[in-house]
Amino acid sequence: MPRIGVFVCQCGNNIAATVDTKKVAEEMAKIPGVVYTCDYKFMCSSPGQETLKQAIKENNLDGIIVSACSPHMHEKTFRKASEAAGLNPYQCEITNIREQCSWVHHDKTKATGTVKSVDLTRMTIQRLKKNQPLKKIKIPVKKKALVIGGGIAGIQAALDIAEGGREVILVEKEPSIGGNMARLSETFPTMDCSQCILTPKMVEAELNENITLYTYSEVEKVDGYIGNFTVTVRRKSKYVDEERCTGCGECMEKCPFKVESAFELGLSKRKVIYTPFPQAVPNIPVIDAPNCPKIQKDKCGACAIVCGPKCIDFKMEDRLETVEVGAIVVATGYQLMPNERFGEYGYGRIKDVISGLQFERLASSSGPTGGEIRRPSDGKVPESVVFIQCVGSRDEKKGVSYCSKICCMYTAKHTKLYSHKVHGGQSYVFYMDIRSGGKRYEEFVRGAIEHDGAMYLRGRVSRVYEKNGKIIVQGADTLSGSQVEIEADMVVLATAIVSREGADGLAQRLGIGYDKHRFYNEYHPKLKPVETVTAGIYLAGSCMGPMDIPDSVAQGSAAASKVLALFSADEMAREPITALVNKVTCNACWDCLTACPYTAIEREAIKDRKGNIVRWVARVNDGVCQGCGVCVAACRSKSIDLKGYTDEQVFAAINAF
Amino acid sequence: MSAHLDKDETPVASGSFEPKIMAFVCNWCTYAGADLAGTSRMEYRPNVRIIKLPCTGRIDPLFILKAFENGADGVLVSGCHPGDCHYTTGNYHARRRWIGFKSLMEFAGIDMRRLHFSWVSASEAIKWVDLINKVTDEVKALGPFMEYRGLKETELE
Repeated sequence: MPRIGVFVCQCGNNIAATVDTKKVAEEMAKIPGVVYTCDYKFMCSSPGQETLKQAIKENNLDGIIVSACSPHMHEKTFRKASEAAGLNPYQCEITNIREQCSWVHHDKTKATGTVKSVDLTRMTIQRLKKNQPLKKIKIPVKKKALVIGGGIAGIQAALDIAEGGREVILVEKEPSIGGNMARLSETFPTMDCSQCILTPKMVEAELNENITLYTYSEVEKVDGYIGNFTVTVRRKSKYVDEERCTGCGECMEKCPFKVESAFELGLSKRKVIYTPFPQAVPNIPVIDAPNCPKIQKDKCGACAIVCGPKCIDFKMEDRLETVEVGAIVVATGYQLMPNERFGEYGYGRIKDVISGLQFERLASSSGPTGGEIRRPSDGKVPESVVFIQCVGSRDEKKGVSYCSKICCMYTAKHTKLYSHKVHGGQSYVFYMDIRSGGKRYEEFVRGAIEHDGAMYLRGRVSRVYEKNGKIIVQGADTLSGSQVEIEADMVVLATAIVSREGADGLAQRLGIGYDKHRFYNEYHPKLKPVETVTAGIYLAGSCMGPMDIPDSVAQGSAAASKVLALFSADEMAREPITALVNKVTCNACWDCLTACPYTAIEREAIKDRKGNIVRWVARVNDGVCQGCGVCVAACRSKSIDLKGYTDEQVFAAINAF
Repeated sequence: MSAHLDKDETPVASGSFEPKIMAFVCNWCTYAGADLAGTSRMEYRPNVRIIKLPCTGRIDPLFILKAFENGADGVLVSGCHPGDCHYTTGNYHARRRWIGFKSLMEFAGIDMRRLHFSWVSASEAIKWVDLINKVTDEVKALGPFMEYRGLKETELE
């Protein structure tokens, strides 16, 4: 026979005003198995908790009920007190007779509240009789992190984790880290030179002994769960031995073949053996194999001839490397929507219609024009430039429904850069609304208009065409209610920010969610902004949606702090509310496996003594299971149960109804 | 089951039938919504008894049958709105299961006014109050659910 104690709380007058707590305690004393009852003014107070502890010890109780406020309020308090008195904390159950009884039934005669409290407490007692003592789940944690994406968010996350004393592997798809930020000229609203603030961080990431850079690499496969991930990384062949290369650049000098530079967004050419930009980290060139005549046709090989340390190997192949990590930060960033979709703006047809990122390269002192604003077609300095905002953004028909967030700011920055670099030049901006929320952002835009003479026109552009060497931009100025026609030398499109190509594939490999735009979903948009539904995988930066640099950096640091918190203990303790499979009755229909939102169900082989597989059963991975119980209700053979909410417990409560 | 204050009293005889409603709710949305009704000091019919589960996806149709068997005159299932599930998709499983179960109940001849399914979020205390009042009044008008209970008693004999 169990030895149960029932503690009915008066909560001052909060419960006692409409519930006869003494009567509830008396009624409970009549139930078989209940050996101790009391009612008390404030169970959660120190003397209240002492009473509870003492009663557990003196009466040798093996289970207790506290009929008080919502378990969301004090379940932890009372479970802790129980544990202190030597009782398994999961043998303590709460009956909610305040929020769901005394506070919602205002009957002053106390009849209604008392009857309901008695019913609810009785149901909990019967449930408690079926409880099993549970232990917190301990999961060993590998204290090494993987950061996917070497843009500013990923670099920040990697640096913070490394500074916290933990090892990090930073995986970057391109030959150099730096991401989109490396392309920018200046940054709003401070007009810091992007390279000047980014390159020190890139170098720091390379030199930090806790950080291992895997550039020119991609994540191929992810297995495991929080604290214990096994990740396969494809390290694409660079055809250059990273260990021996000194980065002298002789090979790039001698390479006779040139192709369009992806980093410069087609504004200039690069060699076939290349680093994407001069400040690349690591400063080790890679060979662009599809364009290399030596690799394709066995002709040339000039780079290998001039290479002093002889580190070029045309036979090098991709390597698959497996790493074991405890946490993953995803910071894969964004790309621009292909401008080819906007034929009405002449992109692709008119050479001097460019994207905002291309303008960044023109304005960058390390860019193809050395920082002079010269138009791509003939290198002439444009006397007037038209900027068109919201190209694809906030345009459900042709583009995307959302606002790309940073374009208003970078367009204002472009007009400033243009007016600083081209004196007497006139810039025009076609906009829908100006969205300049952020510290010193609004002042920045006002500055562009008032001090740098940018002409802002509220309206859309209908047509862009060439005439006598000029680009004619026709549009509406809705504030004056007139049609405008501007003769421009160059047009810059603020194209929508979209998720990276292949973002959905990576999400599926990681088991994290994404929205219809393929931006990754955070666990909770307000309260868990860098977590994902998959424990141990965190997000940072614009892989979640358009984001500016300060936000990306903040998220990188936030994700790193989550990782460091996870790594702060050798083992991670988790609530033991997880599903459990009865291997004897499981018949491997795998309904549970398809129902589980967390891929926590695995297939386990049952073997005979000789090691032959006899049959398969489901197994729950405690590290991944979140305890929702969907599999339990889905199981046809009733072979899975949820600890803490077992069928027996629930039925006992229903039977006591 | 020795301490039932009002169990097995047949309220119809005394002319003041008070239905018993069992509610299966999820921990994250509806249970918190019901808590909010309390912290906001709202008032609703006292006929409901809540059983908390982690997710509506945990609800086995047998729970509902057992509730009827044990004297419930009405049963309510409530959880997070679609898209808001704490476990991302548990409520979709619950909804799908519910649709199948509902047609089975209809086939068995159970008055569907005794069985309610609703989404109540953690902030929808008013919706919870209205729901409980509506369900209680509706079931009260229907009278006690003797068919199912009678079935159990015959079986026992």
